[in-house]
Amino acid sequence: MHFHRVPLVAAIGSISLVLFLVACGGPFPQSALHPTSDFGYALDDLFRTIFWLALGVFVVVESLLVYVIVRYRARPGQPPPPRVHGNTLLEAAWTLAPAVILMFVAVPTIQTVFRTDGSAPEGALEIDVIGHQWWWEYRYPEYGIVTANELHVPRGRPVVLKLTSADVIHSFWAPRIGGKRDAIQRRQNRLAFTADSVGVFMGQCAEFCGESHARMGLRVLVQDSSDFAAWVAAQTAPPVPEDSLTELERRGLEEFREIRDPASNSCIACHAVQGISAGVLGPNLTHVASRGTIAAGMLPNDSANLARWLRDPKAIKPGSKMPAIGLSTDEIEALVAYLRRLR
Amino acid sequence: MATAVAEVKAEKASLGSTLWSWLTTTDHKRIGILYGVTAFVFFLIGGLEALIIRAQLAHSGNDLVSAETFNQLFTMHGTTMIFLAVMPLSAAFFNYIVPLQIGARDVAFPRLNAFSYWVFLFGGLLLNASFLFGAAPDGGWFGYPNLTSKQYSPGLNIDFWVIGLQVLGIASLAAGFNFVVTIINLRAPGMRMMRLPVFTWMTLVTQFLVITAFPVITVALVFLMFDRFFGTTFYSTAAGGDLLLWQHLFWLFGHPEVYILILPAMGIVSEVLPTFSRKPLFGYAVVVYSGLLIGVMGWGVWAHHMFAVGMGPIADSVFSATTMLIAIPTGVKIFNWLATMWGGQVQFRTPMLFALGFIAMFIIGGLSGVMHSSAAADLQQTDTYFVVAHIHYVLFGGAIQGIFAGIYYWWPKITGRLMNEKLGKWHFWLSFIGMNLAFFPMHFIGLLGMPRRIYTYSPELGLDTLNLVSTVGAFLIGISVLIFIYNVWWTRRHGEVAGNDPWRAATLEWTIPSPPPPYNFSVIPEVVSRLPRWSVTQMKAIPEVPPEPIHLPGGSYWPVVTAFGILVMAAGALLHSLWVVLLGGAVLVVGIYAWAFEPFEV
Amino acid sequence: MTHYTATGLDSRKLAFWAFIGSECLLFGSLISTYLVYKGRSVRGPTPQEILNIPLTSVSTFVLLTSSLAMVLALAAVARGDKLWSRVWLFSTAFLGSIFLGFQAYEFTEFVHNGLTITTNLFGSTFYTLTGTHGAHVAVGVIWLLTLLVRSFQGKLGPDKALNVEIAGLYWHFVDVVWIVIFTVVYLIQ
Repeated sequence: MHFHRVPLVAAIGSISLVLFLVACGGPFPQSALHPTSDFGYALDDLFRTIFWLALGVFVVVESLLVYVIVRYRARPGQPPPPRVHGNTLLEAAWTLAPAVILMFVAVPTIQTVFRTDGSAPEGALEIDVIGHQWWWEYRYPEYGIVTANELHVPRGRPVVLKLTSADVIHSFWAPRIGGKRDAIQRRQNRLAFTADSVGVFMGQCAEFCGESHARMGLRVLVQDSSDFAAWVAAQTAPPVPEDSLTELERRGLEEFREIRDPASNSCIACHAVQGISAGVLGPNLTHVASRGTIAAGMLPNDSANLARWLRDPKAIKPGSKMPAIGLSTDEIEALVAYLRRLR
Repeated sequence: MATAVAEVKAEKASLGSTLWSWLTTTDHKRIGILYGVTAFVFFLIGGLEALIIRAQLAHSGNDLVSAETFNQLFTMHGTTMIFLAVMPLSAAFFNYIVPLQIGARDVAFPRLNAFSYWVFLFGGLLLNASFLFGAAPDGGWFGYPNLTSKQYSPGLNIDFWVIGLQVLGIASLAAGFNFVVTIINLRAPGMRMMRLPVFTWMTLVTQFLVITAFPVITVALVFLMFDRFFGTTFYSTAAGGDLLLWQHLFWLFGHPEVYILILPAMGIVSEVLPTFSRKPLFGYAVVVYSGLLIGVMGWGVWAHHMFAVGMGPIADSVFSATTMLIAIPTGVKIFNWLATMWGGQVQFRTPMLFALGFIAMFIIGGLSGVMHSSAAADLQQTDTYFVVAHIHYVLFGGAIQGIFAGIYYWWPKITGRLMNEKLGKWHFWLSFIGMNLAFFPMHFIGLLGMPRRIYTYSPELGLDTLNLVSTVGAFLIGISVLIFIYNVWWTRRHGEVAGNDPWRAATLEWTIPSPPPPYNFSVIPEVVSRLPRWSVTQMKAIPEVPPEPIHLPGGSYWPVVTAFGILVMAAGALLHSLWVVLLGGAVLVVGIYAWAFEPFEV
Repeated sequence: MTHYTATGLDSRKLAFWAFIGSECLLFGSLISTYLVYKGRSVRGPTPQEILNIPLTSVSTFVLLTSSLAMVLALAAVARGDKLWSRVWLFSTAFLGSIFLGFQAYEFTEFVHNGLTITTNLFGSTFYTLTGTHGAHVAVGVIWLLTLLVRSFQGKLGPDKALNVEIAGLYWHFVDVVWIVIFTVVYLIQ
């Protein structure tokens, strides 16, 4: 029987192609393979240990397979093979061998599990993370900040995220910071990490949470302590005073305040702006203009995108809980102008 | 369909009576064919869903389908492949092959067997009927509440899922009891347990898992159904409930279910390898015991699906350790398969290619499985494409390839004709290459940051090319399946006539004609060894014509009536109509009574 | 049924043991859920407030007695004693019905005292668990009555003792499950 070299080469070639794409592609901003916090390093070290062990086993066993089928392929005129039924020593050997290898997986696993169980040292920055369909709410009790989707943390200071959910189960995952944990109603999970380099790190919800699960992005902004302090100061500053608003912005504020019918069409029903409204169903907008993106990391935060969003949120994020309220172009322009002032 | 032809044509029966004979059949071989054909159609539907999913993900920001449709597609793809394709495709072999391997004339309860099939068919149709209402299930195959609770999924979608799965559970349970009893009780004289072919053994382990695992998911589903229909509070956190209750119950079922999917394929591979290596299976007892051990240990690992839910470091460590332990009996099986070929004469016939493909791919799936058995490392892997890669290496590379090995291997037994080797090899290699193109990149797609179950992804992730490669691979698999279908069509006319034993195999099913006569064995064989056709001590030859008349049970239409009662009840529940449920219940009761009291001698 | 079987056991009996194994997992899941949710209801009524242990002890006693009647029924059928097989089959079904009557009374009483299946976690888990058990008893009663009718039709001779034996297996299993439920739900509060 003639041996199939061509398809085998094709199979190996296709795997090589994939490896090539990975090696030469990128950058991969959401990669779990480029950690940037102690939590991420711990998982990455463990993963690499397991990966090399697995690769070793893979090479040995697949080579054995290939060797066996090449070496013992049927050739014409052979006598029938011997009727071997088994060998106790061999069985014991290949029961023990994996057991030994697995010890090298199990021990570091258990060490890492305990090391990454979410406990944080005294003085860690505690942040409440609340998953919503489909955005993230962050509360910093230490500073009294409530914000959304973009998580600011200082470099070098331990951070502990206390995760829960306002509705269905979500999972907070910023791969370069570390592994994910689920955000579950009436439960609190913890993620602890100390980020070690400044930058913007992408992430997104990892637990299927309904229609726009794919649109539940997040960003972790790791900042130097001075930048972080400046951000805290800006976020805790009082909102823009009413008398400093331009005419257009003032009209936007009125739109924002207007009570519509049905009430759920009113901005203030869901959104809080400090000193103006106290809605809790949607993101807090007190300093919305300071954020880089809107709609859970989907779009850059600029006037055009805000206007698009206000016109029809569901067109951008299917199933979005925010209704399209049928504002006129003028009204949208005013609202956008107002929102852009909320720095 | 092609497979049924020979027997029926001989009678020159009218279409009506042909249909009637299939509707009322209690012959395990015909039921096996029904299972096989039905499951294959569902396999095509599930595959089509997969292709649409892959087309949508071919590049970032694609809008081929909406988010809503996408969520329905991946939910139905998972549900279909697990419950309507892989399980019943295995069931086709349980039905057709197991009685032949143990030297029986039928299963223990032929009518229950027919009932299982009809309930399965109705359950599958019910689930897929949801598409007609634009309300296909969209909560994932794992259906986590509270996303699937009324509050967050008010539509009919989840109702279809909850009820469809309960119906399918009935089918699986009924088949489970039947095959446990068949294998234990209907073995021919001399067919001791440790002489059973490994495929039959793995069937037995699988059925034990079915009858123990399905009650658990039934309870979880009943809770969810009560929550949705009657306002109970099982999955309501406001009432003090815990959303993890579902996850524990679901995965208590769900992990044994994984072995329900893979063990039959392992059994098939254990039959195919010795035949095409011309050598008995190496370490038969060890292979059997490791299968048993996998089945038992499968009950102790469920929470490894939940490493991200925050169970605490102790539970995480325990479930990591138990999960790693399962790798040992799995590894043992692989080594025994390699040792079976060692020193043999490996013939690259199509069934063997698929069996070898199974081993090659299952090694990859097994190793990635070990990677996420590590609770901490899994925090970067769970709910990403890395896990999608893993499950497809074990369920496509493993289960589906194993099933195709079985199809090519037993096709001549079932139809009397050998499938075309050339087409078979094209099928294998295209599917093998396609599979690796489709699923290998997914490891990287996951590690590089793409979660599962997202209908679109940002171009910023840099994953467009890898996703495109994966999509191309998926379509290659699609083409390979078309080649298989063509092969079936071709074989029907032109396939080489097989005779009793085209492969010179060792087990009992090859002692009788292909396709087997309705009574299987003209006399019940006396088994004298584990490999009756290879052993030195020859068993008594089985005469071509039965020496004395054989009583065969006639058909019965009560199984299909009873199954129909269940369908009506399920439809009534979907419509929230007590009257329809009661009507279905009445049909069910009449069916059961008529069934119990109709004269039917086995 | 004198078929050859590999184990010598009748296939139906073996199937029934498999079924009972499966049922253990069903009730096991229901009981586990009850235990997991015990004491987690955010509002009453609580089990302590509402469960009537003396009353349920009586119904438990009735159900246990029915198991004895079942044993006697099987013995009577096996020895071909028509009269006593009818008496004991009827007694078993009757005692089962009494148990169901107690349960119906208990449920009605609970509903009047403000505990429905939707009231709280206790209500949801309690009614689902005991209701599932009650449904099993009801199926058993119908089964026994069917056997009784067969007996009156003269179709339940000693050759059919296995039919009664299997019904008995089911009946005893349902009783044993009740003892577990009674202990877990009523006694250990």
